[in-house]
Amino acid sequence: MATKASRSSARLMISPAVILLLGWMIIPLGMTIYFSFLRYNLLQPGATPFAGWENYYWFFTDPSFSAAMLNTLVLVGGVLTITTVGGICFALLLDRPMFGQGIIRIMVIAPFFVMPTVSGLIWKNMFMNPVNGIFGQIAAGLGLQPIDFFGQIPMASVIFIVAWMWLPFATLILLTALQSLDQEQLEAAEMDGASWVNRFWFIMLPHMARAITVVILIQTIFLLSIFAEILVTTNGGPGVATTNLTYLIYVSSLLQFDVGIGSAGGVVAIILANIVAFFLMRMIGKNLDA
Amino acid sequence: MARAVSNGKKIANTAIAGTVGFLMFFPILWILILSFKTEEDAIRAPLEILFSSGWTMDSFAAVQARSDYFKHFMNSVTISVGSTFLGLLIAIPAAWAMAFVPAKRTKDVLMWMLSTKMLPPVGVLIPIYLIFRDFGLLDTRIGLTFVLMMINLPIIIWMLYTYFKEIPGEILEAARMDGASLREEVIYVLTPMAIPGMASTVLLNIILAWNEAFWTLNLTAAKAAPLTAFIASYSSPEGLFYAKLSAASIMAIAPILIMGWFSQKQLVRGLTFGAVK
Repeated sequence: MATKASRSSARLMISPAVILLLGWMIIPLGMTIYFSFLRYNLLQPGATPFAGWENYYWFFTDPSFSAAMLNTLVLVGGVLTITTVGGICFALLLDRPMFGQGIIRIMVIAPFFVMPTVSGLIWKNMFMNPVNGIFGQIAAGLGLQPIDFFGQIPMASVIFIVAWMWLPFATLILLTALQSLDQEQLEAAEMDGASWVNRFWFIMLPHMARAITVVILIQTIFLLSIFAEILVTTNGGPGVATTNLTYLIYVSSLLQFDVGIGSAGGVVAIILANIVAFFLMRMIGKNLDA
Repeated sequence: MARAVSNGKKIANTAIAGTVGFLMFFPILWILILSFKTEEDAIRAPLEILFSSGWTMDSFAAVQARSDYFKHFMNSVTISVGSTFLGLLIAIPAAWAMAFVPAKRTKDVLMWMLSTKMLPPVGVLIPIYLIFRDFGLLDTRIGLTFVLMMINLPIIIWMLYTYFKEIPGEILEAARMDGASLREEVIYVLTPMAIPGMASTVLLNIILAWNEAFWTLNLTAAKAAPLTAFIASYSSPEGLFYAKLSAASIMAIAPILIMGWFSQKQLVRGLTFGAVK
């Protein structure tokens, strides 16, 4: 169908996008890998000698690294658990017949549109501040000792804030998937005497399985890069209690100006993200064929 | 046919879902209330704030006077709208070509474009920072516009591709047979049919660029800082003014909340790269 002329003009039309994305990918990536093998600190001008695997050695043996890896795992795992389970519950709830469904759905989805710095700060100040925050005031009103959220349970607090922002995302996607389910199938099952639990387990959940996988993979990609919420609430602290991999690399790059070690960390982050991306891409690729 | 559901059941569902919705929305509602209070009232007990304090618009004026809010607002507008339309300019031809003149490797190209989106930003923080420093792009709107265009370009191309794909190819063939040139085909046949899809692509990408908070925080200081970075300046203890923080926050998220409500459906398609529709 396509003529030779249209094919070559098509190639011409794709090329700006391809060239830009290729440059965007290869140039910084190449630089990161190159820098990761240099002894290079912006605060010490002069030669930047080849350092071999030294930067990787320092990055991996830095006690903050193992802490940051663990924190990243806890943060991503915690948020994923809350948003996936919560998202399934919310989607099931919103799918039922009710009055004012549109308004309620909008209220549930709203947090997703709040910028990360705003949600970090309003939770930190208006809710989790032990003196003036609502949680503190409620605790005081009940005669309880208010919790110092970012002092006592910093990671749980960060997970809570991030989950508040991502729960709407999971809900929205799972609800979309749920609504594409053939109602007659459910009615037939009901007429055959299947209980709600059975209908959920054998019909709804398998139908949502794909969407659940997509939610988990896409969120993982974004959650590995959580940054602003940590910056405005805890600055990675107390100590390194809420420092994730992204924040650790930020600290060594832009606060300690250690280009070498920061780059080594960057390479590690890229490899980690790629493992997740591999599975996500396979899912999306399959869909492209269908 | 949908089954008849008793009103009692519907009311029960509404009550449960309404409570959940209210709790999710409450933080936003709360800062909306606080933004109309004085600083002294804003740190009182919640019930006192609700029932025994006056209302004022002072905080909004104070935010503008203290830190030139409008400048940061315009930075956000320039950067998010600019990056979206720049991206559109590059993405439309690419998505058009891939959707209507598919080649053997089109799928690979698409998947590769998507893979660039999987690159964690922190992995390329140093090179981008150094390039920006050397070219004098740090804290400039043009630099940030370019970065945000690049990180959203794969999403724009993907969304447009999935929308274009839904346009039946026969219509284009018919136009071609009637003697329409490629240019006429694009302008008179394709564009009108593609406008709804393009509109939702624009909407979603403005939202994503408006809320982007890694590059905006790391590549700007004072001059080009958009609202994400401006609000972050309130994290210092010095900036701990609840009413002003609320007013600034409300102004920063209101435009996007409204746009977001219009683009719920497109959001699903855009953020799952067509994997869930």
